[in-house]
Amino acid sequence: MTDARTEILSRIREALGPDGGSVSPADAVPREYRSAGEHVPGSDVVLDLLIDRLEDYKAHVHRTPAADLPGVLARVIAQRSAERQEVGSSDYRSPDIPPTTRDAVRGSVVVPSGIEEGWLSGLDGVDVHVDSRDAPLSAAELDEIDAVVTAARVAVAETGTIVLDGEPDQGRRAISLVPDVHVCVVRADQVVQTVPEAVHLLGAHPDRPLTWISGPSATSDIELDRVEGVHGPRTLHVVLLS
Amino acid sequence: MRIALAATCIADAMFPQAPRAVVTLLERLGHEVVFPAGQACCGQMHVNTGYLAEAVPVVQNHVRTFAPVADGEWDAVVVPSGSCTGSIRHQQAMVLERAGLPAEARAATAVAERTYELSELLVDVLGVTDVGAWFPHRVTYHPTCHSLRMLGVGDKPERLLRAVEGLELAPLAEAEGCCGFGGTFSLKNADTSAAMLQDKVATVVDTGAEVLTAGDWSCLMHIGGGLSRGGTAVRPMHLAEILASTREAPVVLGPPAGSGTHQEVAR
Amino acid sequence: MSTFLGMPAARDGRGPSPEAAPGTLSGVGRPEDPLHWGASFPDAAKAALDNGQLRRNLGNATSTIRTKRARVVGEVPDWEPLRDAGSAVKTDVMARLPELLETLERNVTARGGVVHWARDAAEANRIVASLVREKETDEVVKVKSMATQEIGLNEALAEEGIAAVETDLAELIVQLADDMPSHILVPAIHRNRTEIRDIFLERMADAPPDLTDVPRELAMAARAHLRRKFLSAKVAISGANFAVADTGTLAVVESEGNGRMCLTLPETLITVMGIEKLIPTFDDLEVFLQLLPRSSTGERMNPYTSMWTGVTPGDGPQEFHLVLLDNGRTRVLADEAGRSALHCIRCSACLNVCPVYERVGGHAYGSVYPGPIGAILTPQLTGEKSDLPYASTLCGACYQVCPVKIDIPSILVELRAREVSLAGSSPDTADRVWKAAMKAASFAMADGARFRRAARAPRLLRAISRNGVIRRLPFPGSLWTRSRDLPEPPKQTFHDWWAGREDGR
Ligand code: SF4
Repeated sequence: MTDARTEILSRIREALGPDGGSVSPADAVPREYRSAGEHVPGSDVVLDLLIDRLEDYKAHVHRTPAADLPGVLARVIAQRSAERQEVGSSDYRSPDIPPTTRDAVRGSVVVPSGIEEGWLSGLDGVDVHVDSRDAPLSAAELDEIDAVVTAARVAVAETGTIVLDGEPDQGRRAISLVPDVHVCVVRADQVVQTVPEAVHLLGAHPDRPLTWISGPSATSDIELDRVEGVHGPRTLHVVLLS
Repeated sequence: MRIALAATCIADAMFPQAPRAVVTLLERLGHEVVFPAGQACCGQMHVNTGYLAEAVPVVQNHVRTFAPVADGEWDAVVVPSGSCTGSIRHQQAMVLERAGLPAEARAATAVAERTYELSELLVDVLGVTDVGAWFPHRVTYHPTCHSLRMLGVGDKPERLLRAVEGLELAPLAEAEGCCGFGGTFSLKNADTSAAMLQDKVATVVDTGAEVLTAGDWSCLMHIGGGLSRGGTAVRPMHLAEILASTREAPVVLGPPAGSGTHQEVAR
Repeated sequence: MSTFLGMPAARDGRGPSPEAAPGTLSGVGRPEDPLHWGASFPDAAKAALDNGQLRRNLGNATSTIRTKRARVVGEVPDWEPLRDAGSAVKTDVMARLPELLETLERNVTARGGVVHWARDAAEANRIVASLVREKETDEVVKVKSMATQEIGLNEALAEEGIAAVETDLAELIVQLADDMPSHILVPAIHRNRTEIRDIFLERMADAPPDLTDVPRELAMAARAHLRRKFLSAKVAISGANFAVADTGTLAVVESEGNGRMCLTLPETLITVMGIEKLIPTFDDLEVFLQLLPRSSTGERMNPYTSMWTGVTPGDGPQEFHLVLLDNGRTRVLADEAGRSALHCIRCSACLNVCPVYERVGGHAYGSVYPGPIGAILTPQLTGEKSDLPYASTLCGACYQVCPVKIDIPSILVELRAREVSLAGSSPDTADRVWKAAMKAASFAMADGARFRRAARAPRLLRAISRNGVIRRLPFPGSLWTRSRDLPEPPKQTFHDWWAGREDGR
C-alpha cells in the first residue's frame, strides 16, 4: 500500500492531466488592483481615515503628541481598574476565577519586555508586569491583569486594522489576548492607507507570528447582529502618536 | 435594417402577442422584419435541465435557421427574451463543442454575435429609447435574472419605458430578486418555486400597478399565473407589447385574467 | 456511532431523528455522513418552507448581511480587479498544486511543524485522534472549521472518549442543540435570539439563570462558559483559511477571539486543512484579505486574523501539526469544467444572496456545505447521484457576488448533465418520465415544421379554460397549477399568424 502523501500527490497529477491543468502560469495573474493608496503613510488624510474606521468598529482612539503618552496611558489604566472593581462578580467571568479584590493597587498592566520605558512613566502605583518569551506569565496570571500595553508593527487606515508581529515591543501573542483591555500605541508613520502596503511590509518577515486586529472582539452569530466584546479583549484603545 | 425575428418557442405557442408586437414596433420604426420559418427553439430548456445530447439537434436547427445573419443576409437577429438570448450567447457553442462539432460551434458563435435581446437591439443597435409609444397606465418592471445578470441589460428596459408617453413607472421592491421560475425548477422544486413566487407577487401588488412587464414571457407566465391565482388585477405584459402600443393603435387592457374575458392585443 | 452529547446518531445516514422538527430546541442530530443526510432536497425544502419561524429568521439575517456586504464592497474602488486577481491566483494554484503542496510541506517542516496527509475523512480522524491521545487529554478546544465538520471529526473523537468543545459562538449553539450547521459562516443562522437563550438555559450548565435574549448577554454567557477551557486546554484543533506555500504561513480569519485563544494558548495545535486552501506567495494575502471579510461578514476587516509559521519558540503552541486533507478534492480537480469549485474561500456570500437558500435554509441541502456552493461542491466531493444541482433557478446572483468568480450557474448546468448521464438507464420512474419528455421535446423542437404542428397542441387546453385561465391540470401539469394559473393558450400560434400574414400580402 502506498502512503497517503504519495497517493494524494499522484491523484492530483492524474487529475490535472499531462499538461498540468492547461492553465495560465503565475505571471498571468492580472494585478490591476491598487498596490498602494494615493496618500503617503502617516499623512493627515490617512490618519483621519484610520480614526474614522477604528471608531466605526468601537475602538477608542486617542490622538496625542508623544510627550503626552504617559499621561494618556495612566488615565486609561486608572479608568479600567476602577471599572473592574465596580463590576466585580456581576461580570460573567468563570466562577473558578474570583473577581479581583486588589483595592490596594490602582490596577495592573502587562507590558512586553521591549516596550519603550518612557511610555510607562505615568503609571505610578500601577502593578506593572513585564512579559517576554524567556520569562512568560501563565494564562491564568494574565487573566488577573487589567490591561496590556503594546506597540504595533503597522496599521491599515482603510480597514481600521492594527497588526502586531510579536517583536519585543509587542510581545507574545498571549499578552495582547487574555487581558480584557488592550492599549495599542501606533506611531503616525506606521499608518498606511491600504492592505497591500501592509502585507508588503509584513512580508519582510513572514515567519513572525502576526495578529491583525480590527476593533475589539465581536460576533455576528446571533441574527447577524454585530456585538462587540467576546473572547478577545472587550475594549481596544488605540493611541495614535503624532 | 433587415432584422430576423427569433420568436422563442414559448411565445410562439403561448404568447404570440409578444413577437407580433415586436413586428409592429420594428416596422413602425422603419425596419424590415423577417421570420425564418425553420425556427423552433434555442435549446435552453434542454441545456438547463442537463439534457445536453437532446439539446444538440435543437441547437443545430436554431443555428442553421439563423446562419444567414452571419453572411450578412440580415443585419441582426432579435429575440424578445433575455434568457433565450443568454442561452444563444453563452450556451449554444458550448453544447456543439462538447458534441464534437467544432465547425458548427463556430457557426453558432457567429450567429450569437449578431443576436440581440429586444432592449439591446433598440438601445444599442438602433440607438433609440423613445420609440413613440403611448400607454397611459401605471406599470411596474421586473428585471428578469438572465437579462439582468447573464446579459447585463442594465437599465435599458426602464429607459425605454420611461420614454413611453402616459406611462407611469412604479418602482418594484426587491426588484432584482428571482421570481422562482427557473424553467424546470418550477416543476422539480415546485414548493420552493411557489414560495419565491408568493414573495414576488406581494411586491408587485404593493406597487399598485395595473401592469407588470418584463422582457421574458417565461417569467411573466409564472408571475402572471401567481397574480391571477391570487385574484389580483395586475396584468402581465411583455415589454414589446407596451412599446408597440400607440395612440393610433393602442393596446387596450381587458379585464384581468381569471376575472372576465382573456385580454387581447388590439390588432 | 454516538454523538458528542451521547444521543443516538442519525441512524443510517438517511435522516434527522423523528422527534427533531425544525423550530424545536433539539436540532436535526448528527448524521453518519456530513455530506449526505436528511430527506431529498424538494422534501426537505418543503418542510423548511412550512416552518414560519425559520423563514423569518433566515429572511432577516440574509437581508441584513446582504445590505452590509453591498455597502462595504461599494467602498472599494478596485473590487473587480481584486476579484479577477483572486480568481486567477486560485486557477494558478490548482494548476501547480503538487509543487505548491510540496513547497508548503517543506516550509512548515523547516519551521518545526509536522505535516500529515489524509486521503479521506477516516484517515484524517485517525491522525487527529492519535495526536490528541498522545497528549493524554480528553478534551480539546476547537475553532470553527468546515473541513473538520466535513469529516465528522467531533463524532470520531467522541468515539475515542475525547470531547471536542466548539468555541465559535454559533458552533457552540449548534453543538449544544445537537444540531447541524445551516450556513458555512453563521452555522446557527436558523436560530433567533430567543431560541438561543433557551438552548443555553437548557444545555449549558453554567448559564446564568436570569439570562435574557439580548445578544450581548448571550455572547457574555458564552465567554464565561468557555474561558476556563481556553485557559487550561492542552490541545486545540483548527482549520485554516489560507496556507502560503512559499513561507509555510497559515492564516485563520475570525471575529470573536476564540480563534486566537485556540491558536495561542494550548501547547499543541492541530490544523486540518483541505489541499485546495493554498496560495502561492505571502503577497497574495493582499488580495484575499480584502476579498474575504467584505464578502463574508460585510466588514471592512474581520476583528482578528492570526498568521503563524510552524512553531515560534517561546510564543504560542510549541507543537504544530498540519493535516492535509483530500477527501474527494482530487475528484473535483479531475473535472475540468467543475474544478473551479475548489477556488471557494468559504465566504458564504453566495448563500446570503441565493433566493433558494434564503427561503429553505441550510439543512434542506443535507450537507455541511449548503447553498449555491454546496449545491455544486457536495455532489462533486462525493461523486454520488444528487438532486442538489437542481436546487437552483440559475438566477446568477451567486456568480455576481462570488469574490473568486466561481461561475456556479454554469457548473450547476454541467452537474445536471452529469446527473442525466448517471440516471442513464435508471429504473426510477421520475427519471424515465423526464427522459422521455425531453426526448420528445427535442424531436419536436429540432425542426420548424414539426414545431409548428406541435405548438398548436396547447390550443386543446382552451376547452378547459375559464375566464382566460386554466386553474387545474392533471399530473404533471398539476405541479404547475398547484400554485399558479396557466393562461389560456392562444387561438393561433405566431408561426400560423405569420404564415397567414405572408399569404395575405
Ligand atoms: S462560492 Fe464564492 S461566494 Fe460562495 S462561499 Fe465560495 S467564495 Fe464565497
